[in-house]
Amino acid sequence: MKKFIALALASVMTLSLAACGGGSDAPASDVAGTAISGDTIKIGVFEPTTGENGGGGMQEVLGIRYANTIVPTVDINGTTYNIELVEVDNQSDKTAAVTAAQSLISSGVVGVLGSYGSGVSIAAGQTFAEAGVPAIGCSCTNPQVTAGNDFYFRTCFLDPFQGTVMASYAAEEMGYKTAAIVSQNGDDYSTGIAAYFKQAFEQLGGTIVADETYQTNESDFNAILTTVKQSEAECVFIPCSIATATLILPQAKANGLQAHILGSDTWENESIVIAAGDAAEGVVFSTFFDENDESTPMAKDFVNGFKAYLNEDAQRITLNGGTDGVAAVSALGYDGYMTMVTALASLDGTEGDLTSVNLRDALAAVNYDGVTGNITFSETGDANKDAAYLKKVEDGKFVFVKKQIDETK
Amino acid sequence: MTSTAFLQYCLTGISIGGIYALIAIGYTMVYGILRLINFAHGDIFMMAAYFMIFAMVDFALPWYVSIVIVLAATVLLGVVIEKVAYKPLRNSPRMSIMISAIGVSYLLQNLATYLFSALPKGYPKIDFLMKTITIGGISTSVVTFITPILTLVFVFVLLQLINHTKIGMAMRAVSKDFETSQLMGIKINRVISFTFVIGCFLAGVGSILYFTPRPSVYPLVGSLPGLKCFIAAVFGGIGSIPGAMLGGFVIGLSETFIKAAGYSEFSDVFTFILLIVVLLFKPTGLFGEKITEKV
Repeated sequence: MKKFIALALASVMTLSLAACGGGSDAPASDVAGTAISGDTIKIGVFEPTTGENGGGGMQEVLGIRYANTIVPTVDINGTTYNIELVEVDNQSDKTAAVTAAQSLISSGVVGVLGSYGSGVSIAAGQTFAEAGVPAIGCSCTNPQVTAGNDFYFRTCFLDPFQGTVMASYAAEEMGYKTAAIVSQNGDDYSTGIAAYFKQAFEQLGGTIVADETYQTNESDFNAILTTVKQSEAECVFIPCSIATATLILPQAKANGLQAHILGSDTWENESIVIAAGDAAEGVVFSTFFDENDESTPMAKDFVNGFKAYLNEDAQRITLNGGTDGVAAVSALGYDGYMTMVTALASLDGTEGDLTSVNLRDALAAVNYDGVTGNITFSETGDANKDAAYLKKVEDGKFVFVKKQIDETK
Repeated sequence: MTSTAFLQYCLTGISIGGIYALIAIGYTMVYGILRLINFAHGDIFMMAAYFMIFAMVDFALPWYVSIVIVLAATVLLGVVIEKVAYKPLRNSPRMSIMISAIGVSYLLQNLATYLFSALPKGYPKIDFLMKTITIGGISTSVVTFITPILTLVFVFVLLQLINHTKIGMAMRAVSKDFETSQLMGIKINRVISFTFVIGCFLAGVGSILYFTPRPSVYPLVGSLPGLKCFIAAVFGGIGSIPGAMLGGFVIGLSETFIKAAGYSEFSDVFTFILLIVVLLFKPTGLFGEKITEKV
């Protein structure tokens, strides 16, 4: 009964939203954007702090807040502007995301950071583009986020690359011939990366012996895991949210699943290891940065600084999932903010009114050396990054396995 | 499908079905006595999970003490809800009390969101329940294995209680005819409170068995299992305890086999279609009594 009422309400809301958004497919150059006025520049933080991705989204927010304490101002044309963060919660929900994006626009932000989770970013992309406000996605890896949207940029690598990296690790490094895939039905991130993994793994001569899906907010994976076990796959690739990973690992162990569990970038999160304990041992996943990589010297400083920032306040530790471990998404949040500030600073010398459209043009030409590597944007707005890092869970710690370079770039 | 796989699916299905059965009994008993569909039941199940987190994580109590506290707190919550939200409406039209139940459901969900935040919280681990055991080719956790056994034991005890004790007789009398049994000197409030005690006790047990192998608790976690158990109760014939148990097992097994066949997106759909089919062809459910309208 409740479900029906909720469904009916949701569809009414969706319809009314669709009615509001119709008929304004203006090309990028025509939009006016938001002008910078006064001595404050508002940057929107568009992240989920509740819902399925609430935990990871919060860690990204922490990275952005930390970056804001490091560089709280920017000088443009002789004026020192304070940078104010305007945070909204997109609730990991595609409908709520559009509302959250509109509230950011109406509060007068000139740039937006986020979001964790590709689905919500795709849903809100059009809102930002129509308002002429540029957005930098920090950790959303699905190609559709930036495709066809002049105002969306991103600081991380993409799912096709990530899927290939994991597939080549499984097929070439480990020599697996058979693999199973478990992905979340209707989730752009999960199904996207699963498809790229499948494609790459099959190209490398492997066979996908089980391709299973589960529903959002599913908590019982026993049936799916039994199917995977039965397929006798040598490894199982599970691109999923942190919440799902903490549920699926103990169940896989109890189920006696022998297949090697491979994860995606979301898995770089200590709360998974804390919750799942020894069930997480041996899991291998791809991620965005490694603090010991010498080609990114800023990484070490960031890790130390961010740890100190977290330890200053017990509340921050709680929000970070109960540890002072540095998640890759925090690093990407930091890089996203710094990229935005670098682009703002490059507006120095621009004549006339400063608007968010100027900021977009500055972002397209930005060049910033970040924690997760050098950031310049391609035509589509994606960071020209060619490296992914593989890590493994050993004795409850993340251990660096290898750095994978994209040879097609 | 090999026979080991088949047995493993069966065990998974019976185990989740057992939990559904325990919760469905709460729906069916309250309906039997009050003719009320207690929509807040799924949320009482959710609150029981938060009580466990409080007891074991925040107060660091050992598991055996925690379980007692959780069951006591859940029972208390159920009885308080009955006294505050249902009792004052006992003589109102039946629709009012049902709307009150929906209100309590939303109240509990939003209260939990306000108090504990919407972020999923980890459910504490009870080590011996999570041990892996292997029987033949089937590997599973202790809790999955003992859930159906516990369910059968509880249903057996409950049936004895209803059929062979004084309070049980009173309950049967009240469910037959509310007003007459009141005239015969049955303390109606005691019987109703007792019904809620049993229903919430079983929801508390179900909660421990459900969340131990699925350790993620958030404020809306009770709503879908709650609906499924309501369907289980309707399927078995609302008001009938063996019916609710059977309904729970049928839904648990069919859900698992649909997922096993690779159609996980249809597992919930099936459950709701089952509700529609039952309502269309056998509205009183498998074991439901035929109600003849008296004029």
